Amino acid sequence: MRVIERLVLAVEKPLKEAIWDCQMCGQCILHSTGLSCPMRCPKNLRNGPCGGVRPDGNCEVYADKRCVWVEAWEGSQRLPVFKSHIHHLQKPVDWQLQGTSSWINLLSGRDGKAPLGWSPHPALPQRGRVSEGE
Amino acid sequence: MTSQSRLAGLLREGRFVVTAELSSSDSADPEATWRQAEVLRGSVDAINCTDNTGAHVHMSSLAAAHLLVEKGIEPIMQLTVRDRNRLALQADLLGAAALGVRNLVLMSGDDVTAGDHPEARRIYDIDSMQLLEVAAAMRDRGTYLSGRKLEQAPTFFIGAVENPFAPPLEFRPLRLQKKVRAGADFIQTQLVFDVRLFAHFMAMVADLGLVGKVFIIPSIGIPRSARSAHFMREKVPGLHVPESLVARLERTPQARQAEEGVKIAVELVNAVREIPGVSGVHLIGIKWEEGVVQVAEAAGLLPRPTLSPLVSAGGRG
Ligand code: SF4
Repeated sequence: MRVIERLVLAVEKPLKEAIWDCQMCGQCILHSTGLSCPMRCPKNLRNGPCGGVRPDGNCEVYADKRCVWVEAWEGSQRLPVFKSHIHHLQKPVDWQLQGTSSWINLLSGRDGKAPLGWSPHPALPQRGRVSEGE
Repeated sequence: MTSQSRLAGLLREGRFVVTAELSSSDSADPEATWRQAEVLRGSVDAINCTDNTGAHVHMSSLAAAHLLVEKGIEPIMQLTVRDRNRLALQADLLGAAALGVRNLVLMSGDDVTAGDHPEARRIYDIDSMQLLEVAAAMRDRGTYLSGRKLEQAPTFFIGAVENPFAPPLEFRPLRLQKKVRAGADFIQTQLVFDVRLFAHFMAMVADLGLVGKVFIIPSIGIPRSARSAHFMREKVPGLHVPESLVARLERTPQARQAEEGVKIAVELVNAVREIPGVSGVHLIGIKWEEGVVQVAEAAGLLPRPTLSPLVSAGGRG
């Protein structure tokens, strides 16, 4: 298993880093964020931009870089299938997965595991929530 | 369980509420906090205690909020995800509830590089959206994020922030909708100077069917001088202060700039009041509590209403 994981990582890491500047959080949500990696946001925001985005669309922290979420919003509007996924409520990051293969975590279901108290968890009664769209 | 949020009660009664921001304290003496709060007493319905605002260290919002509770003044405790991980956040939420804090405003927070400890490590373990969900779950299901049960669930009136003026503009109302789904009962917005843009934002919010589901309280800044307006324009992240406003204050003789600032704020209060879906105003006089009182007075917002007895608040409306 170790060997397989290392082999997968040898492909995944350079590929995703080159294309998306992936930060290897091990729980990929690129399809929900217009293919803009949210972990590049200095505040690690997974659910949308902060209030500090500059008038020109650049990041509050890095004045010379586009806000990751401005790119995410634009990107999401171009995605044919996953367009509405930007409105999904993303669960807290599992920091134990940092540096592991998101592909393996996807296949094993490991990246879908939310803390037990996180509301969409099936084992718990739902609060009266509006449906999240498709 | 003890008392409920008065702020929630007033909003649910359909009152136009007034909140204000307490200048954060750098004093180990509680009198400093109480002195400022006393200026605001009677002129506002609840007072925000900020959490290391602008990423500058000050007395914790939890302590300041408790000091207000002690004096019978209702606090709104701000909490950012910048300085605490999920354990510390939940611990402070529960502690706040036990100390009598009923209103929360949960947010990302200005980045550490904007403050006086730019070399600090950022936390951002969870984001502001997730913190809303966590606080709502503590209240509604009585559990921590881990799923472990609380002995007694808190009764929170949960607030969030939104900046209608920051890109991507079309995404902002949708993000607000997401916050409502995550658990926000009310929203305090970024300072409004551009009323037209704000009205446009509110129209989009109304189109999403959110009016009536969430109380929206725009912030109104009270510039004390041309210099402070200029500072806000240049230095505060996410703030869009029009050049014309700075110019208007610069044209005013120095001795009368504070008065002009109050006038500007009153004009803004009157303008946002007309916009459908606006439930109140949040007045921010930077280090200037007296300015808040003057604006509340001049805008005809005084006296503040008392809550009819037996109004039950808490939980989701
Ligand atoms: S401006 Fe955008 S990228 Fe920068 S911290 Fe805020 S959300 Fe993140």
